[in-house]
Amino acid sequence: MNKPDGNKWKVIVVENLVKKFGSFVANDHLNFEVGGGEIFGFLGANGAGKTTAMRILCGLSKPTSGNVKVAGFDVYTQTEKIKAHIGYMSQRFSLYEDLTVSENFQFYGGIYGLNRMQIKEKLENMLSRLQLEAMRKRLIRTLPPGIRQKVAFSVAIMHEPEIAFLDEPTGGVDPITRRQFWEMIYETAARGITVFVTTHYMDEAEYCDRISIMVDGRIEALDTPAELKKQHDVSSINDVFLKLARKPARNIQL
Amino acid sequence: MNNTEVYGQQLTKSYGEHQALNGLYFEINRGEIFGFIGPDGAGKTSLFRILTTLLLPDSGVANVAGLDVVKQYRQLRLILGYMPQKFSLYTDLTVRENLDFFAGIFKVKVKENLYLVDQIYGQLQPFESRRAGDLSGGMKQKLALSCALIHKPRVLILDEPTTGVDAVSRQEFWEMLLLLKKEGITILVSTPYMDEARLCDRIALMQHGIIMATGSPVEIISGFSKNLFRLKPDNTLTALHQLRQMSGIHRAEMFGAYIHLSTSSEIKTPAAVAQKLQSGNIHYTMLEAIEPGIEDCFIELMQQTSEP
Repeated sequence: MNKPDGNKWKVIVVENLVKKFGSFVANDHLNFEVGGGEIFGFLGANGAGKTTAMRILCGLSKPTSGNVKVAGFDVYTQTEKIKAHIGYMSQRFSLYEDLTVSENFQFYGGIYGLNRMQIKEKLENMLSRLQLEAMRKRLIRTLPPGIRQKVAFSVAIMHEPEIAFLDEPTGGVDPITRRQFWEMIYETAARGITVFVTTHYMDEAEYCDRISIMVDGRIEALDTPAELKKQHDVSSINDVFLKLARKPARNIQL
Repeated sequence: MNNTEVYGQQLTKSYGEHQALNGLYFEINRGEIFGFIGPDGAGKTSLFRILTTLLLPDSGVANVAGLDVVKQYRQLRLILGYMPQKFSLYTDLTVRENLDFFAGIFKVKVKENLYLVDQIYGQLQPFESRRAGDLSGGMKQKLALSCALIHKPRVLILDEPTTGVDAVSRQEFWEMLLLLKKEGITILVSTPYMDEARLCDRIALMQHGIIMATGSPVEIISGFSKNLFRLKPDNTLTALHQLRQMSGIHRAEMFGAYIHLSTSSEIKTPAAVAQKLQSGNIHYTMLEAIEPGIEDCFIELMQQTSEP
């Protein structure tokens, strides 16, 4: 996949996104764009509104108001198109634990509309690339967590989506496997697939091209990690995060 | 003189084929914050279940506050505070009912020990009549800690209290632990976050059921024997692949926008590294020698222990 002109190719466009649940404003006028092949870190405290926004971007929930386009499709009217053009992976549930590695590929490949040949090719590529040939017939449940997560990521991008949404993909994983995972993310982005990732590991935010930090339903910061550290005159994203997100009023209320 | 509050000797535990604990030795001093640091599957939860008398070891000895975890479990349970990783309070009881319940089990009055959890429970007080199941994640965690503390335990055992918790709540949680330490409570805490190591007095780095290293964070770091450098490459992936092919390069790993590079003994200075980089035509904007962090040590130890 060739990367079109970076300036024009926006795979996520969010304008004045508002989402309310009753009187509670979960997303308060969000504005941001994510470019093709970009690694975008979506950070925020628990309860800041990340999950709400992510569900809207994945076509699972509709905004109260605002314009949102994902992979060129409208989140109000074209959610099925969106789902076909994105991949999603979360730490908790992505693969069927009682199915083998190869059965999970067949299952998800079928859902994504890939034919048998395509599924087989994707599976073999993944197994050889991750040196997992011996794991083909293993039940997901019996795999170490790090390998499970690498397989889950491969499944999430097997249909060559435009965007991969990764929701805390590396929780509890050892430091070497975490880095192997991030190298996979880099390779994926280099192929032109946009990676939209949430994490609680602030050091991982530093792997992203750009990050946003949500506080109480608003985006309080959006820039490259280096620029954010410079603006706040601190040495780590953790410090930027603490400066912005410390004592949000909402934490006390929820 | 003997200051040991918790110890384990040759502790093993397996589940069928899976060896969860592979002969652990450790000693934890009274009044310290001791961190068991390692990823999922390292054996942290199995170890904590043994220390809290909820699981029997296959072999070996474990002792907490002078009490054997197998033979004297009844006495031991009275002086332990335990916060499991999974939220284990009664979701259909209110905040206050949960606290009263735990105080009741231990036959103490909430009033007597409330001062201990003042900082934590204070934030929950406005929601005393809310059901525990309706609290946010951070609030649930505060309630669980309050309940684990209400009988003023001598030893507090916290299994991954900060997993899945945002950076602000993590920081607040650690501030609370430092306050509890002042009360003389010995605290055992497990975490997959390497950066929390520096908040502990001493740590054990765990992987695959073994302890790879024990000591204060400073001691662990001083055990790192390689030369370590940090560079900012123009293209991270390309640089990583090239560096890993080079002789004299021990390891190359991503650390944010940087690469940490450990080298063999003949490559000691940034100038020597620069020469290497030049020979490989690797472009970079910054290069310096650095002190290792706990994560560098962990990675190094993982590699050592996986090589037979």
